[in-house]
Amino acid sequence: MNIGIIDYGAGNTMSVINALKRLEQNYFVSDQPTKLEQADKLILPGVGNAQKAMLQLRKKNLDDYLKAINKQVLGICLGMQLLTEYTEEQNTDCLQIIAARCRRFNQDQKVPKIGWNTVQFEDTPLFKNIPKSSYFYFVHSYFVPLDKSTIASTNYGTQYSAAIRKDLFYGVQFHPEKSGKAGLKLIKNFIEL
Amino acid sequence: MSIAKRIIPCLDIKDSRTVKGTNFVQLKDAGDPIELAKRYEIEGADELVFLDITATEKRSSLLSKLVTRLSQELSIPFTVGGGINSIQAAYTMLQHGADKIVINSAAVLNPGFITELSNEFGSQCITVAIDAKKSNVEWQVFTHGGKKASTLELIQWARQIVDRGAGEILFTSMNHDGTKNGFAIEPLKQLVRACSTPIIASGGAGTKEHFYQVFKETNVEGALAASVFHYQEIPITPLKSYLNKNNISVRIS
Repeated sequence: MNIGIIDYGAGNTMSVINALKRLEQNYFVSDQPTKLEQADKLILPGVGNAQKAMLQLRKKNLDDYLKAINKQVLGICLGMQLLTEYTEEQNTDCLQIIAARCRRFNQDQKVPKIGWNTVQFEDTPLFKNIPKSSYFYFVHSYFVPLDKSTIASTNYGTQYSAAIRKDLFYGVQFHPEKSGKAGLKLIKNFIEL
Repeated sequence: MSIAKRIIPCLDIKDSRTVKGTNFVQLKDAGDPIELAKRYEIEGADELVFLDITATEKRSSLLSKLVTRLSQELSIPFTVGGGINSIQAAYTMLQHGADKIVINSAAVLNPGFITELSNEFGSQCITVAIDAKKSNVEWQVFTHGGKKASTLELIQWARQIVDRGAGEILFTSMNHDGTKNGFAIEPLKQLVRACSTPIIASGGAGTKEHFYQVFKETNVEGALAASVFHYQEIPITPLKSYLNKNNISVRIS
């Protein structure tokens, strides 16, 4: 098993690498579709600005590559939001792989949301053997409302998607690479799917 | 369940070692930062802050080495600060695995720097720290580790910080720091009201009741302390069970 980490300048790439090292998992980092094609599974990290991220993905032809891909992909935080149709963050069109739209948190919430929150989920392989209502670490200002793609949810003024899935594409709004034991377990589960 | 209140140990770093001053002056060695950080993760700290106070040219290279090691060892988020005054310096820290950077004097000297950082990396990884002291009626902002007075007033400065794109404010009351008499409740209440971002309280923690008080009486998102954690005067695991029993939402793992 070899995990490809998609390199498009995302801020949390090093943390994802370190999490995979802790799991003693083979990995490589690349921005080349031809190289990424050699991976068994891919991780799309993400911290930062959606519009800049989409520009980077397009510049490297990673957008078309991801849309046509036939392997499992895990999008993390902004990486998850990029899998959707659209985000209100600077009116950005995303990869349009998962039919959901990202909205900004309501004004009566402190934004960005920063911190640990419990996550609710039904039996689903990505959360296998993770205790119910475990805490995960979140940092974001935009969110995916509850949707048919939702496989886990959390709350910040409103209940919304903590994880989404469509076919081979998985996305988590929290940072599993920064969420202690539960987070490492989730990454391990993705590897073992 | 609402988002958990964060308990944040702060490690002051000098020449790659942890130190803690009281009232910003005297320094005591509180040990190896990596060991201390790992202990805090196990004890249930929600996040760590590292402030480098090394005053030599070696600072940035020592700090990036430390950040690299911390990122390898920790699976909880951490924030790094101390002398970050360029996009490049911030990029280096984030690239080496820091989750957030914290700036203070550089923001006061050039408020536009907050906007530049926020545009480059996103507001979620930009924390601005404010050190302030109450003189007569006003809370006055200080820079350079509390040594230099500025002309800024606390709440006006905090509003400007948020408008310029910071994602979080870390407020230290210099009147309370090192006293162990509790957090500065009044200015924290004002900050929470004035700012749309999370506020972190710092300065004055001496007992577990002080943590309860700051979460009960103000809507801060987190509370930061150093020596009470370093010297285990308030161990983190029992602190969090105490808060949990008293209906403060904290992460218990």
